[in-house]
Amino acid sequence: MTNLEKLNKIFCEVFSVEESALNNNFDKCNVEGWDSVRQLSLTSSVEDEFDIMLDAEDILEFTSYDNAKAVLAKYDIAL
Amino acid sequence: MNVILSGKVAVVTGAGAGIGQATAKLFANEGAVVYAADIKGLEWVDEFSSNSGRIVPIQLDICDFAAVKNVVMAIKKGHGRIDVLANIAGLISYELMPMIDYDKFRKMLDVNVVALVHLMSLVSRIMTRQQSGSIINMASMVGEKGSKGQLSYAATKGAVIAATKSAAKELAESHIRVNAIAPGMVGSERFKAVLEEKFAHKINDVPFGRLANPEEVANLCLFLASDQSSYMTGQIIGIDGGAII
Repeated sequence: MTNLEKLNKIFCEVFSVEESALNNNFDKCNVEGWDSVRQLSLTSSVEDEFDIMLDAEDILEFTSYDNAKAVLAKYDIAL
Repeated sequence: MNVILSGKVAVVTGAGAGIGQATAKLFANEGAVVYAADIKGLEWVDEFSSNSGRIVPIQLDICDFAAVKNVVMAIKKGHGRIDVLANIAGLISYELMPMIDYDKFRKMLDVNVVALVHLMSLVSRIMTRQQSGSIINMASMVGEKGSKGQLSYAATKGAVIAATKSAAKELAESHIRVNAIAPGMVGSERFKAVLEEKFAHKINDVPFGRLANPEEVANLCLFLASDQSSYMTGQIIGIDGGAII
């Protein structure tokens, strides 16, 4: 499984959506139920999957699918 | 041998001397793997041995967020878990209000409060995954009742108490316990020197008529770290020789 596939799988599981829903509009404003608890669940799963520990500012930044990819790039995770 | 922290992984800050050192030794003697952190060297670890657990010394500035994260990550990778965090590192000061050194006050807030909260935040993320853990914060008697000539220090310890209670509420659903210890006057080398110089009369305020030994406070840390306190969280426990009754 590629890193992108791993990330997509996490998003699909956390938000109960199909992979086709993941696009540049998939963000906190447009996705129902994207609250802070869901966001922490997302970052926690990402940390486990990629064996990283996100800084607080990066957890705060996890407010969209695109942002998530940008944050992972900061941790040298190629997608 | 019957030890009560067998198999546990613990992090103890402020382990260079006093309560932190006594706690690190006691945890190791009770079977834990103890990551003993201090900004200064931990030479005493070279001479420490235990048949039960072991101590891993770490020279660490807890205000350096990146360094703290690296340590926590390394422990996670090495053990996959952290069972106990004892936040014992702290600064102290004694001065009347008009004489407060605000640079020192800010530094004290950084060490006593901000770094403590940051450590709780990082370690609790690991504890949440394992759905267990015990966090012990070092507050102070003066954080509860105040102290003439110690406003700035008391303010930081009052913040520790509030942070402890809030963390306990937030982490209870993950079965992580968060408690604080509020010692009175403890006979660490650091405090004994100050006491003799400035506050010899203060010993009269202690019904027991003596200072606490660091080991007596460490015993309380052990209780809170162990499963013997499995139903306790959000508590501020005084250990002060009867100073507050």
